[in-house]
Amino acid sequence: MEAKSASPGPRPGLQGFSKGDLIFKGGLTLAAAAIPVLMGLLAFELYAGSRLAIDRYGVGFVTGSTWDPVAEKFGAWPLIVGTLLSSSLALVIAVPLSLGVAIYLSEFAPRWMRQPVAFLIELLAAIPSVLYGLWGIFVLLPLLKRTLFPFLRDTLGFLPFFQGPIYGPSMLGASIILAIMIMPFIMSVSREVLLAVPGSQREAALALGATRWEAVMSAIVPYARSGIAGAVILGLGRALGETMAVTMLIGNRHQISASLFAPGYTMSAVIANEFAEAASDIHFSALTYVALVLFVLTVVINAAARLLIWRVAGGGGGGKGL
Amino acid sequence: MNRRVVRRWISHAMVALMLVAVVIAVAPLLFILGDLLVRGVGSLSLEFFTREPVPAGETGGGVRHAIIGTLLIVGMASLIGIPLGVAAGVYAAEYSHTRLARLSRFVADVMNGTPSIVVGVFAWTLIVARYKQFSAIAGACALAMLMVPMVMRTTEELVKMVPGSLREAALALGYPRWRTSIKIVLRTALPGIVTGVLVAVARIAGETAPLLFTTLGSQFLNFRIHEPTAALPLTVYTYAIGPYEEWHQMAWAAALVLILLVLLLSVAARLATRGRFQANG
Repeated sequence: MEAKSASPGPRPGLQGFSKGDLIFKGGLTLAAAAIPVLMGLLAFELYAGSRLAIDRYGVGFVTGSTWDPVAEKFGAWPLIVGTLLSSSLALVIAVPLSLGVAIYLSEFAPRWMRQPVAFLIELLAAIPSVLYGLWGIFVLLPLLKRTLFPFLRDTLGFLPFFQGPIYGPSMLGASIILAIMIMPFIMSVSREVLLAVPGSQREAALALGATRWEAVMSAIVPYARSGIAGAVILGLGRALGETMAVTMLIGNRHQISASLFAPGYTMSAVIANEFAEAASDIHFSALTYVALVLFVLTVVINAAARLLIWRVAGGGGGGKGL
Repeated sequence: MNRRVVRRWISHAMVALMLVAVVIAVAPLLFILGDLLVRGVGSLSLEFFTREPVPAGETGGGVRHAIIGTLLIVGMASLIGIPLGVAAGVYAAEYSHTRLARLSRFVADVMNGTPSIVVGVFAWTLIVARYKQFSAIAGACALAMLMVPMVMRTTEELVKMVPGSLREAALALGYPRWRTSIKIVLRTALPGIVTGVLVAVARIAGETAPLLFTTLGSQFLNFRIHEPTAALPLTVYTYAIGPYEEWHQMAWAAALVLILLVLLLSVAARLATRGRFQANG
């Protein structure tokens, strides 16, 4: 500070750089550079940590289905299937709901209702994952076990997905809690995209005699299509990496079952359960390998989502922000 | 004519369906908050805030160690994450055309989408495995890493919104660039940045996954940052999956304290923004 105030003469200008400027810019540059460096380090550490498992199991790690730390046999296929299945089921539940809410709030809702409802739903995103897990164990699962699960078995029991014993902790239970958790993300992003659609689109459709619903489906949603796809993929990215609530509700069993009432396992859950207690180097390495696979998966998914959203929000020339 | 009526009815029916979707979407929030309040309040007592846990099976005891542990860990994470995030955000806004700005902006987005459990594994390999010791500081580093991209992107957007005329006026008066950035640009954007920071703090305060195998958790009050430390989210998790009814009670009470902390931060974030609009007129 003192060096700056004592620096000779009023030299600074639009062109000139004083010593203070150099230090300031240097500090900022370091901070900005730290982010790619940290991410690079993360990727490297994950790779280095899983080298042992990669060398021993290779790609067979991904396709194998035995997970036995004692015998040192590790195959992640049931975990990968569990992650993909629970996330896709969550999407199947969450997407129609969140799009319904987003379309309603951006097109139909009375003005007084829009902000408060959007705020309430976004508040869902602020609730920590572990609290969803707690609520899921003690409220949601018992409720599902009494009502929805028997109902599904009775009405749709001819499908293999809804057969077999009902325990409570299950693939379906975890998917439902995941759906609740990703709904706010899909809702708020697709709402923003819908708000960015120019009013002329709607007016043109209405002027041609479309009903309001037809105007939405024929003129507004198609215009926002890739942005909505981006929102959905963003939700998928969230669901894939979600850990605590899933760990607490999915039952944690290394198996692939046709029945959605049966317990399963996910990549994030196995890391959460076993990492702190892993006994051997190869066990740590296998778990780090799982983390690496999960990381690569989410990076790909998120990059795809960003591209889709940019194409609408960026390329469409400045939507109206809130 | 008839088709017109049918079409109008379809439109009305769809709107009604969407209204149902709104109800279904808002219901979980109300149920979760309601259950937390109803089940948590019963187990709250003075003892809950002033004592450590008692052995399993006994009633009583509290989570003082976890509340203090969470404050300690989140505090450390903020000390690391906020300066880094704000500085990177200012860089991305002030030198937005540079290659580094574009790169770190993109990487921050990737980082934001990285599952928190993966960041936990990273902190484990980097710090815990290296020093052979679970520690509060390892957890704080993991949380800081989750925080940086959020703080960075908010800062960047708000700094970009500061009118160029303000900056030009300061430069024209002979202010050096660095003082212009700090005293004029950052100060103008400050309330918005505070909001972003509070939202980020609220999010990491409830994070559990990255702490599982970094801070590990503990049954005792601990102020040494290189030792295993308790945290509220970990306490909720441990007690919730435990076998004892008393533990479940404790889990609900700890969950209530946690959600109150998170909501308090979220509301504070809203208030910080409101102040800004009044201040700027």
